[in-house]
Amino acid sequence: MIRLNDLKISYRIGGRTIDAVDGVTLTIPDGCIVGIAGESGSGKSTLMKAIYGDIQHPMYISRGSIDYDLSAADGRPVTTETIRQEWFKTISYVPQSSMNSLNPVIRIGKQFTDFPGTGSNKRRVLEKARTYLGKLGLPPGVMESYPHQLSGGMRQRVMIGLATFFQPGLIIADEPTTALDVVVQKEILMLLMELQEEMNNTILVVSHDMGVHYQVTHKMLIMYAGRVVEYGDTESVFADPQHAYTKMLIDSLPTIGDDSMRGVIASAAGAGGDRAFRVEPGLFEVKPNHFVARAAANAGVLA
Amino acid sequence: MTLILKTEGLNKVYRRGGIVRAQYVTALDDVNITVESDKPVVIAVVGESGSGKTTLAKTLLRLETPTSGRAIVYDEVVAGKGATPSKRAFLGLVQPIFQNPFEAFSRYRPVDAYLHETARRVAGMNDSAAEAAVAEALNSVGLSYDEIRGKYTGQFSGGELQRISVARALIPQPKLIVADEPVSMIDASRRMIIINLFKRLRDDAGRSFLYITHDLATAYYISDFIAVMNKGQVVEFGPAREVMNDPRHAYTQLLLDSIPTTKSRWRPRLVRAG
Repeated sequence: MIRLNDLKISYRIGGRTIDAVDGVTLTIPDGCIVGIAGESGSGKSTLMKAIYGDIQHPMYISRGSIDYDLSAADGRPVTTETIRQEWFKTISYVPQSSMNSLNPVIRIGKQFTDFPGTGSNKRRVLEKARTYLGKLGLPPGVMESYPHQLSGGMRQRVMIGLATFFQPGLIIADEPTTALDVVVQKEILMLLMELQEEMNNTILVVSHDMGVHYQVTHKMLIMYAGRVVEYGDTESVFADPQHAYTKMLIDSLPTIGDDSMRGVIASAAGAGGDRAFRVEPGLFEVKPNHFVARAAANAGVLA
Repeated sequence: MTLILKTEGLNKVYRRGGIVRAQYVTALDDVNITVESDKPVVIAVVGESGSGKTTLAKTLLRLETPTSGRAIVYDEVVAGKGATPSKRAFLGLVQPIFQNPFEAFSRYRPVDAYLHETARRVAGMNDSAAEAAVAEALNSVGLSYDEIRGKYTGQFSGGELQRISVARALIPQPKLIVADEPVSMIDASRRMIIINLFKRLRDDAGRSFLYITHDLATAYYISDFIAVMNKGQVVEFGPAREVMNDPRHAYTQLLLDSIPTTKSRWRPRLVRAG
């Protein structure tokens, strides 16, 4: 399980400090897929980076902490300072754009042995990787291909293969299917769900597509302006959203077979500026496993 | 009935590689669609990456010349054999909106300069008429001239900038606006602002749209007609509701089945207790 304790993450740019994540306290249980939704600038990517432990200037943790409840190889607990050593072993990352993440001048097979610690048994790792990629539905020739020779969907499959190869306990997937079209998107999401069921690890999925969240996740985390607006079991959040912003996210996009007018609240919120849905830090349990935040005093009329 | 859009045997073959060993890629394979209506319409073109939908847009925008066949927009042949209108007349008839507004405008030039230039060079207005036309166009997309005067692309959000692109396209009073993936770079919660804007411009300002997208849900929401493309061919074409409620082609069914909806799950899943 991962515990975020009153986490505040800031960026120092020039003489200014920007608080991208501002007072987030919550617990992510083991073995579930958690979806994170919110618009650009809501702090979801910053939060993911912090959990992944990729904290580099100008970003820094200005308050609070993250507990991972994991032990490193030497038996000591994993912390923000030491989590880098766990990358691709107990924690891994599936980025949005696979083209920019695979090394373009190295064949796919070699990318599997391009980690520290695989030096002595490269051949065995390669054999295992070949079998594993076959299991993920990739043709055997992929191991000898360069990234540019593969389609977008195949590259994303390779990325998922790399991220899950060492059976990590935690996977962070940042918009894993945004660049793909619907047919390939469904294949990739199904693959991710099947792998999770098999390994029973925790996956954090960032997406702005509420349909993707409904299909894939067990829990939903809704962020707005650096704070958590709502957090709960996916079934409950979609069936009975507690916060106006969550409702707006769910209702904003049209569905096939439904002719009602959409996106009206979105335009009103746009006109209301960035504060329309601002909430206080701190969550209240309204139903079992379903939490919501209170509207901030300076929030807009819609909240 | 007005003939809004008609393509006749439209083909586009790209040639790749050297003189000796050239490869040919068929991006458009005998595309025939006819849209006739009394009122302005939104025509959606959907399909996966590489299905030829962007090539169709580029052909209609005269950014590509078809290998054979021709395209007619509001009774004018705009592409292929016998394409008559001059560049200026053409740009007064068909206007583009591109996918990424941050790439459509230069970072080093205020965005209102583009609107002015369109008014002067395409619509042939003098300075004061151009000023008025720019203000009116910005008004119709819900922005005021004072908000954008002298500002650069970096000072806008993607949604605002895309509304400015729509305003620019409106200045020459075109009959058809070709929008290639106009909302895919915009936040999901703000997409509907652009989509509803298209709807309003169709109903109130009498503009027709060719809406190219891979998002079938928004296509269903605003379109009157829909063309489903796969491997360069139009596999299904017709009134949007008819096609999407009762898809005939296996590929259309596959596309519709792949949409992640919030109504029904792809397969029953365990709901784990926290």
